[in-house]
Amino acid sequence: MYDYTAGKSDWMAAGLPTEGEAAGRPTAATVARRDVPTCHLKESLRDVQERVRAAGWDACVVVNEERIVMGLLRAEQLGREEDLTAEAAMRPGPSTFRPNVAIAEMAEFMAKHDLPNAPVTTSAGELIGLLVREDAERAHERHA
Amino acid sequence: MPAHIGREDVQRLVAEGAQLVEVLPKKEFDAQHLPGAIHLPLRKIDAGVRASLDPERPVVLYCWDST
Repeated sequence: MYDYTAGKSDWMAAGLPTEGEAAGRPTAATVARRDVPTCHLKESLRDVQERVRAAGWDACVVVNEERIVMGLLRAEQLGREEDLTAEAAMRPGPSTFRPNVAIAEMAEFMAKHDLPNAPVTTSAGELIGLLVREDAERAHERHA
Repeated sequence: MPAHIGREDVQRLVAEGAQLVEVLPKKEFDAQHLPGAIHLPLRKIDAGVRASLDPERPVVLYCWDST
């Protein structure tokens, strides 16, 4: 007998197919963008700004070596003095969301709290991707 | 004690014929489960294993996560 310790949340976070009544409905994990730029705490904001700009993004998730979310750099934080470190500029400990949250719920929450984006993580805090509010609202409208 | 395995091992074992068992409440199982999994609530696992599963094939149990 075997125990798949990381469980269903790990399976869904990996974007693998599932069965059931809710299977196929958009969730935070299926809509989140996985190519969001990331950086480490000690990186210079100057380097991060260049990389984020080159990637066509306006946000960057600050992670540690295990890809655990430490903070978030949105446009406001990315616009700060470039000689700061990512750690000094970031919004520490941002609210994160689990992969299985229905996109309708995410779209409503993000609109209510005026969030332009939100990190989606495993229950251990490992980054899956960044959910962009426009994507959440579009997915919700398409599936409504 | 069951052996702890990761996602790739699950995929390999299932491809080799292992039986997947979800032990979460039925409502959660009905909402979404791994393809091919059956539902056995945790409190019924011992009796359920004997009654519902093929003793010749490996069994992979899973929950929501490790917490």
